Amino acid sequence: MKIPLRFAVLGGLAVLALAILPLVGRQALPLSVLLDFGGNESSAIIFWQIRVPRALAAFIGGAGLALGGAVFQAIFRNPLATPYTLGVASGASLGVALASRFGLSLVVVGLSTTSVAAFAGAMVAVGVVWMLTRLRPELSSTTLLLAGVAMNFFFSSVILFAQYTASLGDSYRIVRWLMGGLGGVDMGTVLHMAPVVALGATVVLWNARKLDLLATGTEIAASRGVAVAPTRAVLFLATSVMVGGVVAACGPVGFVGMMAPHICRLLVGSNHRVLLPASILFGGAFLVLCDTAARVVIFPAELPVGVITAFLGAPFFLWLLVRRVGVARIG
Amino acid sequence: MSESMVTVEDLSVRIGEAEILHGVSLTVGRGAFLTVIGPNGAGKSTLLRCLDGLLQPSSGRILIDGRSLSEYGRRELARTVSYVPQPDAGPLDYTVRSFVEMGRFPHIGAWAALSEADSAAVNNAMEVTEVADLAERSMSSLSGGEKQRASIAAALAQGGSILLLDEPTSFLDYRHQVQVLDLLDRLHNENGLTVVAVTHDLNSTVASSDEVIALKDGGVAFRGRPSELLHAEILSDIYSADFRLINGGHRGLPMVLPARNGS
Repeated sequence: MKIPLRFAVLGGLAVLALAILPLVGRQALPLSVLLDFGGNESSAIIFWQIRVPRALAAFIGGAGLALGGAVFQAIFRNPLATPYTLGVASGASLGVALASRFGLSLVVVGLSTTSVAAFAGAMVAVGVVWMLTRLRPELSSTTLLLAGVAMNFFFSSVILFAQYTASLGDSYRIVRWLMGGLGGVDMGTVLHMAPVVALGATVVLWNARKLDLLATGTEIAASRGVAVAPTRAVLFLATSVMVGGVVAACGPVGFVGMMAPHICRLLVGSNHRVLLPASILFGGAFLVLCDTAARVVIFPAELPVGVITAFLGAPFFLWLLVRRVGVARIG
Repeated sequence: MSESMVTVEDLSVRIGEAEILHGVSLTVGRGAFLTVIGPNGAGKSTLLRCLDGLLQPSSGRILIDGRSLSEYGRRELARTVSYVPQPDAGPLDYTVRSFVEMGRFPHIGAWAALSEADSAAVNNAMEVTEVADLAERSMSSLSGGEKQRASIAAALAQGGSILLLDEPTSFLDYRHQVQVLDLLDRLHNENGLTVVAVTHDLNSTVASSDEVIALKDGGVAFRGRPSELLHAEILSDIYSADFRLINGGHRGLPMVLPARNGS
């Protein structure tokens, strides 16, 4: 199958995810609500005011996470590197845990305390990784990933401490947030997240050719004319803010950022001018699908979507590790 | 060859406490082929990386085509100088064509498609290096020799007039060594490229070159023509090892054999 055709398939999947999956749920809706925008029927209200905003949030979030993964995999030249494996999610979780435990109120321009605390925590974690790469530029991506693992453990211990010493209600809120979910999102969430992801995506797409070169190695990239240090800084910053924004809105929904770019690489190849748009479409559609599953799988209750993505993602992570070992042995 | 394409004046490089190069000066004429030899750790690769602006010297000056290297922007330099590093073990999930096309980066906009001139440069680079048949293969699936030729193709696609190579024949079997050396000869003789190659290969690569520089402990230990280098005493000084020379090498030069105890 030619690449444009594969793109058409991905685009079709994205449209289906946004238009058809919101029909599925506790109350199945008829196709006709699609034409009833702004209607007063309860099915039209459920569709347009509850499920479509939620699907949009899932799509934008999934797209942002997938792009973030694609960028980190390229600039660190490691298939396991994503903002998540480098500690963004656990940083955000720590922010939320501390804010809940100490009853902080951090409302900024209409954003909730949780979102602000999550974003701040994510930025702290990213800042630590960034400082490591700046202070010791010779650190390999494997070392950085291990540093990310260490950071995750450290943040987890502080989260556990905050949780253990918190009241039962706060403790539950923390756990619930840690699972990641789109239960509370509305059009406001979409409007907060969309500009952050759009901005990040623009920066990333603009640098597609440079990402190709960075993925072949920093020395080659520099000798072909890429200003490596500033390019990496811009991409790192734009991606981190984008993923931090998604995590603040959706909670720490794991593994999408790692899986989506890999699956897209198998579908359309490694050229970032093709891979990045494909990751947007696939990552978006994938998270809408996972969220739909989360809404119906233990019907009539709902699962946090992070449970589903981690359930699929962790085995995928192991598969990647094994596959990499195999390649290393043959190559 | 009177006109200088690369000039290095009193170059020193410090990395942390260690002084990797000190007081290195050299010139490479337009269209010349210079080999850089010397023991491991002598600073050969460091010198090469300085010539491509990948490493900042702590003092000294480098002129590329008559202009100070520090005046070049990164993309501008990439249009003049191409660098083929030592093979890298990392994964390369790109087809040969995609990889060679990346060589055109300094000539094209962020999202612009390749122009006709770009495609012509890419095709020409792949033909000269005989990788056109491999165009749709993945870089990761290539043999060492094919990968090296594809790397040189990408460097050629950059369209510069100076080609820097770090150990272009190491890790290659004899057939592939000969292919790469023939390619370098053609690029230098027919296409008029200025070539600077770091090598340990005294018999073939050095013998193909016009001029040799030997680095030892970060300084220049020898400068001259291959015929002037290939003497047992000179080599022994450079490498702190004993050598035996026998007749019948490339271009009428002697062949160099490292002498082992008892030989």
